[in-house]
Amino acid sequence: MTPASVAEREWRRFTPVERGARFAVYFTIVAAIVASIRTVEVIPEFVADAPEQIADLLRRMWPPDLAYYPQEINSALMDSMHIATVGTVLAIVMALPFGFLAARNVTPFAWANWLARLILISARSVNTLVFALFFVAVFGPGALAGTLAIAFHSIGFLGRLFSEALEVANPGPVEALRAAGAPWPSVIVYGYWPQVAPAFWALVLFRWDINVRESIVLGLVGAGGIGVVLDTAMNLFQWTRVAMVLIAILAVVVVAEVAVTYIRKKII
Amino acid sequence: MAGVSAVRPASWPLRLASIGFALYLAYALSHLELTPARFLAGLEFGQKFLAKLFPPDFHRWELLLKGLKESLEMAILASALGVVASLPVSLLGARNLMPAWVTWPARMLMVVCRSFHPVIVAILFVKAVGFGALAGILALTVASLGFLGKLFTEAIEEISLKQVEAVRSTGAPFMSVITYGVLPQVYTRFIGFASYELDANLRNSTLVGIVGAGGIGGTLFAAFQRFDYDFVCAIILSIIALIIAGEVLTNAVKRVFRA
Repeated sequence: MTPASVAEREWRRFTPVERGARFAVYFTIVAAIVASIRTVEVIPEFVADAPEQIADLLRRMWPPDLAYYPQEINSALMDSMHIATVGTVLAIVMALPFGFLAARNVTPFAWANWLARLILISARSVNTLVFALFFVAVFGPGALAGTLAIAFHSIGFLGRLFSEALEVANPGPVEALRAAGAPWPSVIVYGYWPQVAPAFWALVLFRWDINVRESIVLGLVGAGGIGVVLDTAMNLFQWTRVAMVLIAILAVVVVAEVAVTYIRKKII
Repeated sequence: MAGVSAVRPASWPLRLASIGFALYLAYALSHLELTPARFLAGLEFGQKFLAKLFPPDFHRWELLLKGLKESLEMAILASALGVVASLPVSLLGARNLMPAWVTWPARMLMVVCRSFHPVIVAILFVKAVGFGALAGILALTVASLGFLGKLFTEAIEEISLKQVEAVRSTGAPFMSVITYGVLPQVYTRFIGFASYELDANLRNSTLVGIVGAGGIGGTLFAAFQRFDYDFVCAIILSIIALIIAGEVLTNAVKRVFRA
Protein backbone atom coordinates (compact mmCIF):
# COMPACT_ATOMS: atom_id res chain seq x y z
CA MET A 1 0.00 0.00 0.00
CA THR A 2 1.48 3.30 -0.99
CA PRO A 3 0.66 6.27 1.17
CA ALA A 4 -1.43 8.93 -0.52
CA SER A 5 0.66 11.82 -1.71
CA VAL A 6 0.78 14.77 0.59
CA ALA A 7 -1.08 16.93 -1.87
CA GLU A 8 -4.04 14.55 -1.96
CA ARG A 9 -4.44 14.29 1.82
CA GLU A 10 -7.12 16.39 3.36
CA TRP A 11 -5.94 18.19 6.46
CA ARG A 12 -8.45 18.99 9.12
CA ARG A 13 -7.87 20.71 12.42
CA PHE A 14 -10.41 18.67 14.42
CA THR A 15 -11.29 14.99 14.62
CA PRO A 16 -14.73 13.87 13.33
CA VAL A 17 -15.95 13.51 16.92
CA GLU A 18 -14.88 17.06 17.75
CA ARG A 19 -16.53 18.40 14.63
CA GLY A 20 -19.72 16.49 15.45
CA ALA A 21 -19.75 17.86 18.98
CA ARG A 22 -19.21 21.41 17.76
CA PHE A 23 -21.97 21.05 15.21
CA ALA A 24 -24.29 19.72 17.92
CA VAL A 25 -23.56 22.77 20.10
CA TYR A 26 -24.14 25.24 17.25
CA PHE A 27 -27.32 23.44 16.27
CA THR A 28 -28.61 23.49 19.85
CA ILE A 29 -27.84 27.19 20.20
CA VAL A 30 -29.70 28.11 17.01
CA ALA A 31 -32.61 25.80 17.87
CA ALA A 32 -32.85 27.29 21.38
CA ILE A 33 -32.86 30.85 20.06
CA VAL A 34 -35.49 30.08 17.41
CA ALA A 35 -37.68 28.21 19.90
CA SER A 36 -37.39 31.08 22.41
CA ILE A 37 -38.31 33.73 19.85
CA ARG A 38 -41.36 31.76 18.78
CA THR A 39 -42.73 31.01 22.22
CA VAL A 40 -41.72 33.94 24.43
CA GLU A 41 -44.65 36.15 25.35
CA VAL A 42 -43.56 39.45 23.89
CA ILE A 43 -46.01 41.71 22.10
CA PRO A 44 -44.41 42.85 18.80
CA GLU A 45 -46.02 46.31 18.98
CA PHE A 46 -44.30 46.87 22.34
CA VAL A 47 -40.95 45.98 20.80
CA ALA A 48 -41.48 48.48 18.00
CA ASP A 49 -42.56 51.11 20.50
CA ALA A 50 -39.72 50.47 22.96
CA PRO A 51 -37.10 52.98 21.68
CA GLU A 52 -39.62 55.82 21.75
CA GLN A 53 -40.80 54.91 25.26
CA ILE A 54 -37.23 54.70 26.56
CA ALA A 55 -36.37 58.06 25.01
CA ASP A 56 -39.48 59.53 26.63
CA LEU A 57 -38.44 58.15 30.02
CA LEU A 58 -34.96 59.64 29.66
CA ARG A 59 -36.48 63.02 28.73
CA ARG A 60 -38.60 62.99 31.86
CA MET A 61 -35.48 62.22 33.95
CA TRP A 62 -33.70 65.36 32.78
CA PRO A 63 -32.49 67.42 34.60
CA PRO A 64 -31.56 65.35 37.69
CA ASP A 65 -32.83 66.76 40.97
CA LEU A 66 -29.48 67.75 42.51
CA ALA A 67 -31.09 69.17 45.65
CA TYR A 68 -32.41 65.74 46.54
CA TYR A 69 -28.91 64.36 47.16
CA PRO A 70 -28.23 66.01 50.56
CA GLN A 71 -31.87 65.50 51.63
CA GLU A 72 -32.29 61.76 51.28
CA ILE A 73 -29.81 60.06 48.99
CA ASN A 74 -26.60 60.58 50.94
CA SER A 75 -27.70 58.89 54.17
CA ALA A 76 -29.42 56.04 52.30
CA LEU A 77 -26.30 55.48 50.22
CA MET A 78 -24.20 55.32 53.39
CA ASP A 79 -26.66 52.75 54.74
CA SER A 80 -26.12 50.66 51.62
CA MET A 81 -22.35 50.85 52.10
CA HIS A 82 -22.72 49.78 55.75
CA ILE A 83 -24.87 46.83 54.63
CA ALA A 84 -22.27 45.78 52.05
CA THR A 85 -19.31 46.11 54.44
CA VAL A 86 -20.82 44.53 57.54
CA GLY A 87 -22.35 41.79 55.39
CA THR A 88 -18.96 41.00 53.87
CA VAL A 89 -17.29 40.89 57.31
CA LEU A 90 -20.00 38.54 58.63
CA ALA A 91 -19.56 36.40 55.53
CA ILE A 92 -15.81 36.12 56.18
CA VAL A 93 -16.45 34.93 59.73
CA MET A 94 -18.88 32.28 58.52
CA ALA A 95 -17.05 31.28 55.33
CA LEU A 96 -13.61 30.61 56.85
CA PRO A 97 -14.56 27.43 58.75
CA PHE A 98 -16.51 26.07 55.76
CA GLY A 99 -13.56 26.84 53.49
CA PHE A 100 -11.22 24.84 55.72
CA LEU A 101 -13.74 22.01 55.98
CA ALA A 102 -14.27 21.85 52.21
CA ALA A 103 -10.55 21.74 51.33
CA ARG A 104 -9.54 18.09 50.90
CA ASN A 105 -5.92 18.59 51.91
CA VAL A 106 -6.81 20.41 55.14
CA THR A 107 -9.70 18.20 56.28
CA PRO A 108 -8.98 14.56 55.47
CA PHE A 109 -12.59 13.39 56.05
CA ALA A 110 -14.58 12.91 52.84
CA TRP A 111 -17.95 13.29 54.59
CA ALA A 112 -16.92 16.65 56.07
CA ASN A 113 -15.74 17.85 52.63
CA TRP A 114 -19.04 16.91 51.05
CA LEU A 115 -21.15 18.42 53.81
CA ALA A 116 -19.25 21.71 53.63
CA ARG A 117 -19.50 21.75 49.83
CA LEU A 118 -23.23 21.10 49.94
CA ILE A 119 -23.72 24.04 52.29
CA LEU A 120 -21.54 26.29 50.13
CA ILE A 121 -23.39 25.31 46.93
CA SER A 122 -26.77 25.92 48.56
CA ALA A 123 -25.71 29.34 49.81
CA ARG A 124 -24.49 30.27 46.32
CA SER A 125 -27.61 29.00 44.57
CA VAL A 126 -30.07 31.07 46.60
CA ASN A 127 -29.80 34.65 45.41
CA THR A 128 -29.19 37.59 47.75
CA LEU A 129 -32.66 38.97 46.95
CA VAL A 130 -34.31 35.69 47.91
CA PHE A 131 -32.34 35.65 51.17
CA ALA A 132 -33.48 39.25 51.66
CA LEU A 133 -37.15 38.26 51.22
CA PHE A 134 -36.58 35.57 53.83
CA PHE A 135 -34.85 37.82 56.36
CA VAL A 136 -37.38 40.60 55.88
CA ALA A 137 -40.05 38.06 56.79
CA VAL A 138 -38.03 37.00 59.85
CA PHE A 139 -36.56 40.25 61.24
CA GLY A 140 -38.89 42.77 59.62
CA PRO A 141 -37.88 45.39 57.04
CA GLY A 142 -34.61 47.27 57.51
CA ALA A 143 -30.86 47.14 57.21
CA LEU A 144 -30.51 44.06 59.44
CA ALA A 145 -32.33 41.87 56.90
CA GLY A 146 -30.18 43.25 54.08
CA THR A 147 -26.92 42.69 55.96
CA LEU A 148 -27.79 39.09 56.75
CA ALA A 149 -28.90 38.46 53.15
CA ILE A 150 -25.56 39.74 51.84
CA ALA A 151 -23.66 37.70 54.44
CA PHE A 152 -25.44 34.40 53.79
CA HIS A 153 -25.18 34.58 50.02
CA SER A 154 -21.51 35.58 50.14
CA ILE A 155 -20.58 32.52 52.22
CA GLY A 156 -20.95 30.33 49.13
CA PHE A 157 -18.68 32.45 46.96
CA LEU A 158 -15.98 33.12 49.57
CA GLY A 159 -15.99 29.59 51.01
CA ARG A 160 -15.70 27.87 47.65
CA LEU A 161 -12.93 30.06 46.26
CA PHE A 162 -11.07 30.01 49.59
CA SER A 163 -11.15 26.20 49.70
CA GLU A 164 -9.88 26.10 46.10
CA ALA A 165 -6.99 28.40 47.08
CA LEU A 166 -6.22 26.11 50.04
CA GLU A 167 -6.18 23.01 47.84
CA VAL A 168 -3.43 24.38 45.62
CA ALA A 169 -1.27 25.44 48.60
CA ASN A 170 2.26 24.06 48.70
CA PRO A 171 2.32 21.01 51.03
CA GLY A 172 6.01 21.54 51.90
CA PRO A 173 5.70 23.96 54.83
CA VAL A 174 2.69 21.99 56.11
CA GLU A 175 4.62 18.74 56.15
CA ALA A 176 7.58 20.41 57.81
CA LEU A 177 5.33 21.66 60.61
CA ARG A 178 3.66 18.27 61.01
CA ALA A 179 7.05 16.53 61.11
CA ALA A 180 8.08 18.89 63.89
CA GLY A 181 5.02 17.74 65.86
CA ALA A 182 3.02 20.99 65.58
CA PRO A 183 -0.64 20.76 66.72
CA TRP A 184 -3.26 21.40 64.00
CA PRO A 185 -4.04 25.03 64.92
CA SER A 186 -0.36 25.82 64.40
CA VAL A 187 -0.35 23.91 61.11
CA ILE A 188 -3.22 26.09 59.88
CA VAL A 189 -1.85 29.39 61.19
CA TYR A 190 1.78 28.86 60.11
CA GLY A 191 1.46 26.32 57.31
CA TYR A 192 -1.64 27.24 55.31
CA TRP A 193 -2.62 30.78 56.25
CA PRO A 194 0.53 32.64 55.11
CA GLN A 195 0.23 30.92 51.73
CA VAL A 196 -3.41 31.75 51.08
CA ALA A 197 -3.74 35.10 52.89
CA PRO A 198 -3.09 37.34 49.83
CA ALA A 199 -5.52 35.33 47.69
CA PHE A 200 -8.04 35.45 50.52
CA TRP A 201 -7.92 39.23 50.93
CA ALA A 202 -8.16 39.65 47.16
CA LEU A 203 -11.29 37.47 47.16
CA VAL A 204 -12.79 39.45 50.03
CA LEU A 205 -12.23 42.73 48.19
CA PHE A 206 -13.73 41.31 45.02
CA ARG A 207 -16.78 40.11 46.92
CA TRP A 208 -17.12 43.46 48.68
CA ASP A 209 -17.24 45.12 45.26
CA ILE A 210 -20.03 42.74 44.18
CA ASN A 211 -21.84 43.29 47.48
CA VAL A 212 -21.83 47.07 47.00
CA ARG A 213 -23.84 46.51 43.81
CA GLU A 214 -26.13 43.98 45.45
CA SER A 215 -26.77 46.10 48.55
CA ILE A 216 -28.21 48.78 46.26
CA VAL A 217 -30.98 46.47 45.04
CA LEU A 218 -31.96 45.14 48.46
CA GLY A 219 -34.17 48.12 49.24
CA LEU A 220 -36.62 47.03 46.54
CA VAL A 221 -37.77 44.20 48.81
CA GLY A 222 -37.60 46.41 51.91
CA ALA A 223 -34.17 45.36 53.17
CA GLY A 224 -32.79 48.89 53.63
CA GLY A 225 -30.41 51.20 51.81
CA ILE A 226 -30.64 53.31 48.68
CA GLY A 227 -33.02 50.87 46.99
CA VAL A 228 -35.82 52.08 49.27
CA VAL A 229 -35.31 55.67 48.12
CA LEU A 230 -35.19 54.57 44.49
CA ASP A 231 -38.35 52.51 44.86
CA THR A 232 -40.24 55.37 46.52
CA ALA A 233 -39.18 57.89 43.89
CA MET A 234 -40.23 55.53 41.13
CA ASN A 235 -43.58 54.73 42.63
CA LEU A 236 -44.30 58.46 42.89
CA PHE A 237 -43.09 59.00 39.27
CA GLN A 238 -40.50 61.55 40.47
CA TRP A 239 -38.21 60.87 37.53
CA THR A 240 -35.75 63.69 38.17
CA ARG A 241 -35.12 62.21 41.63
CA VAL A 242 -34.76 58.73 40.10
CA ALA A 243 -32.11 60.15 37.78
CA MET A 244 -30.22 61.64 40.73
CA VAL A 245 -30.32 58.32 42.59
CA LEU A 246 -29.01 56.50 39.52
CA ILE A 247 -26.16 58.97 39.12
CA ALA A 248 -25.23 58.54 42.80
CA ILE A 249 -25.28 54.74 42.42
CA LEU A 250 -23.10 54.91 39.32
CA ALA A 251 -20.58 57.11 41.12
CA VAL A 252 -20.38 54.83 44.17
CA VAL A 253 -20.04 51.65 42.12
CA VAL A 254 -17.33 53.08 39.89
CA VAL A 255 -15.38 54.46 42.87
CA ALA A 256 -15.65 51.09 44.66
CA GLU A 257 -14.37 49.25 41.59
CA VAL A 258 -11.43 51.61 41.12
CA ALA A 259 -10.54 51.36 44.83
CA VAL A 260 -10.69 47.56 44.79
CA THR A 261 -8.53 47.33 41.67
CA TYR A 262 -5.97 49.65 43.28
CA ILE A 263 -5.79 47.74 46.58
CA ARG A 264 -5.67 44.36 44.81
CA LYS A 265 -2.60 45.47 42.87
CA LYS A 266 -0.95 46.44 46.15
CA ILE A 267 -1.52 43.14 47.96
CA ILE A 268 -0.95 40.61 45.18
CA MET B 1 -2.30 36.36 68.25
CA ALA B 2 1.29 37.29 69.00
CA GLY B 3 2.49 34.33 66.93
CA VAL B 4 1.12 35.73 63.68
CA SER B 5 3.15 38.90 64.00
CA ALA B 6 6.25 36.71 64.05
CA VAL B 7 5.30 35.48 60.57
CA ARG B 8 4.56 38.92 59.16
CA PRO B 9 5.35 41.89 61.39
CA ALA B 10 2.43 44.33 61.36
CA SER B 11 3.36 47.86 60.41
CA TRP B 12 1.99 50.89 62.25
CA PRO B 13 -0.11 52.16 59.34
CA LEU B 14 -1.65 48.69 59.03
CA ARG B 15 -2.42 48.58 62.76
CA LEU B 16 -3.97 52.04 62.66
CA ALA B 17 -6.05 51.03 59.64
CA SER B 18 -7.21 47.90 61.46
CA ILE B 19 -8.21 49.90 64.53
CA GLY B 20 -10.00 52.42 62.34
CA PHE B 21 -11.83 49.64 60.54
CA ALA B 22 -12.84 48.02 63.84
CA LEU B 23 -14.25 51.34 65.06
CA TYR B 24 -16.14 51.79 61.79
CA LEU B 25 -17.50 48.26 62.09
CA ALA B 26 -18.77 48.93 65.61
CA TYR B 27 -20.45 52.12 64.36
CA ALA B 28 -22.03 50.33 61.39
CA LEU B 29 -23.23 47.47 63.59
CA SER B 30 -24.95 49.95 65.90
CA HIS B 31 -26.86 51.17 62.83
CA LEU B 32 -28.48 47.77 62.39
CA GLU B 33 -30.67 48.22 65.48
CA LEU B 34 -30.07 44.64 66.52
CA THR B 35 -31.27 44.16 70.11
CA PRO B 36 -31.24 40.82 71.95
CA ALA B 37 -35.04 40.91 72.08
CA ARG B 38 -35.28 41.42 68.35
CA PHE B 39 -32.76 38.67 67.75
CA LEU B 40 -34.70 36.18 69.91
CA ALA B 41 -38.00 37.12 68.28
CA GLY B 42 -36.33 36.69 64.92
CA LEU B 43 -35.04 33.26 65.83
CA GLU B 44 -38.53 32.20 66.82
CA PHE B 45 -39.99 33.61 63.57
CA GLY B 46 -37.24 31.95 61.59
CA GLN B 47 -38.00 28.60 63.14
CA LYS B 48 -41.71 28.92 62.33
CA PHE B 49 -40.84 30.10 58.86
CA LEU B 50 -38.55 27.17 58.14
CA ALA B 51 -41.18 24.77 59.46
CA LYS B 52 -43.75 26.28 57.08
CA LEU B 53 -41.40 25.92 54.11
CA PHE B 54 -41.52 22.12 54.36
CA PRO B 55 -42.78 20.00 52.78
CA PRO B 56 -42.52 21.81 49.41
CA ASP B 57 -45.81 21.96 47.53
CA PHE B 58 -45.54 21.04 43.84
CA HIS B 59 -49.31 21.01 43.23
CA ARG B 60 -49.25 24.00 40.92
CA TRP B 61 -46.45 22.58 38.80
CA GLU B 62 -47.96 24.02 35.62
CA LEU B 63 -47.53 27.57 36.90
CA LEU B 64 -44.04 26.67 38.08
CA LEU B 65 -43.07 25.19 34.73
CA LYS B 66 -44.45 28.18 32.84
CA GLY B 67 -42.33 30.57 34.94
CA LEU B 68 -39.18 28.48 34.57
CA LYS B 69 -39.71 28.24 30.82
CA GLU B 70 -40.09 31.99 30.51
CA SER B 71 -36.93 32.55 32.59
CA LEU B 72 -35.02 30.16 30.37
CA GLU B 73 -36.25 31.85 27.18
CA MET B 74 -35.33 35.26 28.56
CA ALA B 75 -31.84 34.07 29.46
CA ILE B 76 -31.26 32.54 26.01
CA LEU B 77 -32.50 35.56 24.07
CA ALA B 78 -30.69 38.06 26.30
CA SER B 79 -27.43 36.12 25.97
CA ALA B 80 -27.78 35.98 22.17
CA LEU B 81 -28.57 39.70 21.96
CA GLY B 82 -25.79 40.44 24.44
CA VAL B 83 -23.20 38.58 22.34
CA VAL B 84 -24.38 40.31 19.16
CA ALA B 85 -24.25 43.72 20.83
CA SER B 86 -20.94 43.28 22.63
CA LEU B 87 -18.95 42.05 19.62
CA PRO B 88 -18.83 45.46 17.89
CA VAL B 89 -18.64 47.42 21.16
CA SER B 90 -15.73 45.36 22.49
CA LEU B 91 -13.91 45.75 19.17
CA LEU B 92 -14.35 49.51 19.45
CA GLY B 93 -13.14 49.40 23.05
CA ALA B 94 -9.90 47.47 22.35
CA ARG B 95 -6.99 49.86 22.84
CA ASN B 96 -4.62 47.86 20.62
CA LEU B 97 -6.84 48.14 17.54
CA MET B 98 -8.63 51.48 17.89
CA PRO B 99 -7.59 55.08 18.57
CA ALA B 100 -8.33 56.59 21.98
CA TRP B 101 -11.26 58.75 20.83
CA VAL B 102 -13.11 55.54 19.83
CA THR B 103 -12.18 53.37 22.84
CA TRP B 104 -13.26 55.97 25.40
CA PRO B 105 -16.99 56.16 24.57
CA ALA B 106 -17.17 52.38 24.07
CA ARG B 107 -15.58 51.78 27.47
CA MET B 108 -17.83 54.32 29.16
CA LEU B 109 -20.88 52.56 27.72
CA MET B 110 -19.67 49.22 29.10
CA VAL B 111 -18.93 50.69 32.55
CA VAL B 112 -22.43 52.21 32.76
CA CYS B 113 -24.06 48.91 31.67
CA ARG B 114 -22.00 46.97 34.20
CA SER B 115 -22.53 49.30 37.14
CA PHE B 116 -26.26 48.83 37.51
CA HIS B 117 -27.61 45.59 38.90
CA PRO B 118 -29.89 43.85 36.33
CA VAL B 119 -32.84 44.24 38.68
CA ILE B 120 -32.45 48.04 38.75
CA VAL B 121 -32.22 48.14 34.96
CA ALA B 122 -35.26 45.86 34.86
CA ILE B 123 -37.43 48.29 36.85
CA LEU B 124 -36.51 51.09 34.47
CA PHE B 125 -37.47 48.93 31.50
CA VAL B 126 -40.69 47.88 33.19
CA LYS B 127 -41.58 51.56 33.53
CA ALA B 128 -40.58 52.18 29.91
CA VAL B 129 -42.00 49.18 28.01
CA GLY B 130 -44.46 47.69 30.49
CA PHE B 131 -44.59 44.48 32.50
CA GLY B 132 -43.49 41.18 31.01
CA ALA B 133 -40.66 39.29 29.43
CA LEU B 134 -39.61 42.11 27.07
CA ALA B 135 -38.46 44.30 29.96
CA GLY B 136 -36.53 41.36 31.41
CA ILE B 137 -34.84 40.53 28.12
CA LEU B 138 -33.78 44.14 27.60
CA ALA B 139 -32.46 44.43 31.17
CA LEU B 140 -30.43 41.22 30.91
CA THR B 141 -29.10 42.32 27.51
CA VAL B 142 -27.80 45.54 29.05
CA ALA B 143 -26.09 43.57 31.82
CA SER B 144 -24.62 41.13 29.28
CA LEU B 145 -23.29 44.00 27.18
CA GLY B 146 -21.49 45.33 30.24
CA PHE B 147 -19.87 42.07 31.32
CA LEU B 148 -19.25 40.41 27.95
CA GLY B 149 -18.01 43.69 26.54
CA LYS B 150 -15.41 43.97 29.29
CA LEU B 151 -14.27 40.34 28.99
CA PHE B 152 -14.19 40.46 25.17
CA THR B 153 -12.22 43.71 25.20
CA GLU B 154 -9.64 42.26 27.57
CA ALA B 155 -9.34 39.13 25.41
CA ILE B 156 -8.84 41.22 22.26
CA GLU B 157 -6.21 43.36 23.97
CA GLU B 158 -4.19 40.25 24.83
CA ILE B 159 -3.91 38.93 21.24
CA SER B 160 -0.66 38.73 19.31
CA LEU B 161 -0.47 41.61 16.84
CA LYS B 162 1.92 39.71 14.58
CA GLN B 163 -0.90 37.81 12.94
CA VAL B 164 -2.94 40.97 12.54
CA GLU B 165 0.10 42.60 10.96
CA ALA B 166 0.55 39.62 8.61
CA VAL B 167 -3.03 39.78 7.38
CA ARG B 168 -2.85 43.55 7.03
CA SER B 169 0.38 43.39 5.01
CA THR B 170 -1.36 41.33 2.34
CA GLY B 171 -3.60 44.34 1.74
CA ALA B 172 -6.66 42.75 3.33
CA PRO B 173 -9.59 45.08 4.01
CA PHE B 174 -10.62 45.88 7.60
CA MET B 175 -13.28 43.16 7.90
CA SER B 176 -10.85 40.48 6.70
CA VAL B 177 -8.27 41.64 9.22
CA ILE B 178 -10.90 41.13 11.93
CA THR B 179 -12.15 37.74 10.72
CA TYR B 180 -8.72 36.24 9.88
CA GLY B 181 -6.35 38.15 12.14
CA VAL B 182 -8.32 38.79 15.35
CA LEU B 183 -11.25 36.39 15.58
CA PRO B 184 -9.33 33.06 15.38
CA GLN B 185 -7.17 34.15 18.32
CA VAL B 186 -10.06 34.95 20.62
CA TYR B 187 -12.78 32.57 19.42
CA THR B 188 -12.48 29.85 22.10
CA ARG B 189 -12.23 32.43 24.87
CA PHE B 190 -15.34 34.17 23.53
CA ILE B 191 -17.23 30.86 23.64
CA GLY B 192 -16.13 30.42 27.26
CA PHE B 193 -17.21 33.94 28.22
CA ALA B 194 -20.52 33.61 26.39
CA SER B 195 -21.40 30.39 28.18
CA TYR B 196 -20.44 32.03 31.48
CA GLU B 197 -22.78 34.89 30.63
CA LEU B 198 -25.60 32.49 29.77
CA ASP B 199 -25.12 31.03 33.24
CA ALA B 200 -25.23 34.47 34.84
CA ASN B 201 -28.30 35.45 32.80
CA LEU B 202 -30.08 32.30 33.88
CA ARG B 203 -29.51 33.24 37.53
CA ASN B 204 -30.68 36.80 36.99
CA SER B 205 -33.66 35.81 34.82
CA THR B 206 -35.10 34.08 37.87
CA LEU B 207 -34.82 37.40 39.74
CA VAL B 208 -36.03 40.19 37.50
CA GLY B 209 -39.60 38.91 37.88
CA ILE B 210 -39.55 40.36 41.41
CA VAL B 211 -39.99 43.79 39.80
CA GLY B 212 -42.42 42.52 37.16
CA ALA B 213 -40.03 41.85 34.29
CA GLY B 214 -41.18 38.30 33.55
CA GLY B 215 -39.99 34.84 34.53
CA ILE B 216 -40.25 32.72 37.66
CA GLY B 217 -39.29 35.63 39.95
CA GLY B 218 -42.79 37.08 39.68
CA THR B 219 -44.33 33.79 40.77
CA LEU B 220 -41.86 33.62 43.66
CA PHE B 221 -42.60 37.14 44.85
CA ALA B 222 -46.36 36.61 44.61
CA ALA B 223 -46.11 33.38 46.63
CA PHE B 224 -44.03 35.22 49.27
CA GLN B 225 -46.60 37.97 49.59
CA ARG B 226 -49.44 35.48 49.92
CA PHE B 227 -47.49 33.66 52.69
CA ASP B 228 -47.73 30.57 50.49
CA TYR B 229 -44.45 29.25 51.87
CA ASP B 230 -44.80 25.63 50.72
CA PHE B 231 -44.99 26.90 47.15
CA VAL B 232 -42.08 29.31 47.81
CA CYS B 233 -39.99 26.31 48.81
CA ALA B 234 -41.01 24.43 45.65
CA ILE B 235 -40.09 27.45 43.51
CA ILE B 236 -36.70 27.93 45.18
CA LEU B 237 -35.86 24.24 44.79
CA SER B 238 -36.80 24.35 41.09
CA ILE B 239 -34.71 27.49 40.56
CA ILE B 240 -31.71 25.77 42.16
CA ALA B 241 -32.27 22.74 39.92
CA LEU B 242 -32.49 24.97 36.83
CA ILE B 243 -29.30 26.83 37.75
CA ILE B 244 -27.36 23.63 38.43
CA ALA B 245 -28.62 22.13 35.14
CA GLY B 246 -27.49 25.30 33.36
CA GLU B 247 -24.06 25.07 34.97
CA VAL B 248 -23.66 21.43 33.89
CA LEU B 249 -24.70 22.31 30.34
CA THR B 250 -22.37 25.30 29.98
CA ASN B 251 -19.50 23.23 31.39
CA ALA B 252 -20.20 20.62 28.68
CA VAL B 253 -20.04 23.36 26.02
CA LYS B 254 -16.75 24.61 27.45
CA ARG B 255 -15.35 21.07 27.29
CA VAL B 256 -16.35 20.71 23.63
CA PHE B 257 -14.51 23.92 22.73
CA ARG B 258 -11.73 23.41 25.30
CA ALA B 259 -12.42 26.96 26.41
